[in-house]
Amino acid sequence: MQNDIYVSVKQISRYYGTQCAVHNVSFDVKRGEVLGFLGPNGAGKSTTMAMITGNLAPSAGQILINGIDILDKPKDAKAHIGFLPEQPPLYRDFTVDEYLRFCAKLNRISKKAVKSAVDTVKARCGLTDVGKRLIDNLSKGYQQRVGIAQAIVHSPAVVILDEPTVGLDPIQIREIRHLIRELSGEHSVILSTHILPEIQVTCDRVQILNKGKLVLSDTVAGIEQQMKASSLVVALKHPPEASELAHIPQVSSATLLENGRFRLVYDPHTNPAEHVVQAAVENNWGLYEIFPEKRSLEQIFVDITTSEKEDAPDSEHKQNAENQAA
Amino acid sequence: MMIMTIAGKELRALFLSPMAWAILAVVQGIVAYFFLIFLENFVTLQPRLTTLPDAPGISTIVVAPLFATVSVILLLIVPLLTMRLVSEERRNKTLSLLMSAPVSISEIVIGKFVGIMAFLLLLLSLLCLMPLSLLFGTTLDTGLFLSGLLALALLLASFTAVGLYMSTLTTQPTVAAVNTFGILLLLWILDLAGTTGNDATLLSYLSIMNHYQNLLHGIFSSSDVIYYLLFISVFLVLSIRRLDAERLPH
Repeated sequence: MQNDIYVSVKQISRYYGTQCAVHNVSFDVKRGEVLGFLGPNGAGKSTTMAMITGNLAPSAGQILINGIDILDKPKDAKAHIGFLPEQPPLYRDFTVDEYLRFCAKLNRISKKAVKSAVDTVKARCGLTDVGKRLIDNLSKGYQQRVGIAQAIVHSPAVVILDEPTVGLDPIQIREIRHLIRELSGEHSVILSTHILPEIQVTCDRVQILNKGKLVLSDTVAGIEQQMKASSLVVALKHPPEASELAHIPQVSSATLLENGRFRLVYDPHTNPAEHVVQAAVENNWGLYEIFPEKRSLEQIFVDITTSEKEDAPDSEHKQNAENQAA
Repeated sequence: MMIMTIAGKELRALFLSPMAWAILAVVQGIVAYFFLIFLENFVTLQPRLTTLPDAPGISTIVVAPLFATVSVILLLIVPLLTMRLVSEERRNKTLSLLMSAPVSISEIVIGKFVGIMAFLLLLLSLLCLMPLSLLFGTTLDTGLFLSGLLALALLLASFTAVGLYMSTLTTQPTVAAVNTFGILLLLWILDLAGTTGNDATLLSYLSIMNHYQNLLHGIFSSSDVIYYLLFISVFLVLSIRRLDAERLPH
């Protein structure tokens, strides 16, 4: 069982001076899982990632990578990690080949295996054609791919990507997402983003961080369940009174929207669509549209992050902490 | 192994920019000019020297002052080589590549130090060709030559260690260069103040120059060598501590 958990974060906190950037965050990442970190700017995503990769030491708590404590045995633990920071750490004077060879050696790949490791990773990230080019001359999308190649050249158990699709065009974003899905076969992936659909496409599990705290942790399937809303929108050519609609079985209330549309709210455990259609036909209301209203992930995200704000009386103080952390 | 990987990367980065080539060419040119001046001196003095009993040889008149000149020129050059070591990595955010790799901070620091030293030793070996060319016409005092060479190597290692530490303190390479230059110059001239006051012995003991002079004139005393080794270790340890502190909560 223990072997299946690649990353285990236990109650870590990190302070910058007196200001708290990450507070008491715990989670596990299993083998082959893609975990998405979501949060507004300065929520502590990057700080958490820097702690998992050993770039920052936590003020409190423990981090186990593949069962190895990163503070006790940093070298052993870091051998299982590949990290792409927000800004890819590229030596711009180097060619792609030179750079990846250096990264391979830095990650303790034996001299004989370096060439094949670099060739493999170039093929995976679509860099075969640009091996001889200077990194400085590559487009942003290719530079990002070199950054990802650097993170996976030594086939680490855990790949950590901080906003991997920032600044890319839509086609490049699709390619990178595809690559991330591919990676999850043998690696565990943790990625952070503030692009919400990206989470739905690439991740198995989502964690929302806000003000340094973990406010939601759920599978993508679970989130999608939450997104299933409890209201229908219907459009009618000959609309009756709203009260008449409210009398349809299982509909708890009806409100008039513009253009003869109504929002029908119902109990989440039931679905009155069938009854509504039947009633519309019987009364000749001229139904021409009916669709379930969905809460978007964005809506959930906004709900969670803003309700936190209202709950916290000392939010102004925390806000400062985040500005610092960001 | 990791130290060599990092050292190799530093050396490669140096030669990828025109910096390394420019430094090799400029230093070689200036030192050649000085070499010719000292040689000319020797040639004019030679008739009088032959009449003296126990006269100083060509090693004392040409090689020792040449090495002294080289040290001053490199005092100006080394800060330019070391300034980018850490500050530029920090500025370009590439430091996290090294920090998340399975290498210790000591390996990073020593690797960078070794990389610059390899370049400086290459520079030194090219410069040595000048005094060695005298072997075609005369003989050299090998002891004096080697002790001068050792002195120069130790001195350059000290310069590099200071420069590396200064580079860990800032994100701006130029600031690192200016600070390094200031400290080296101060250490160099420290014994000027020492010549008149009561603290003469302490200040001249601390001066990096004093220990260099002894070795340059062929006086090999282990205390001078130990001074340099201590000096280098102190600044390397300080650099390691400084980089390590970056991770810790404060």
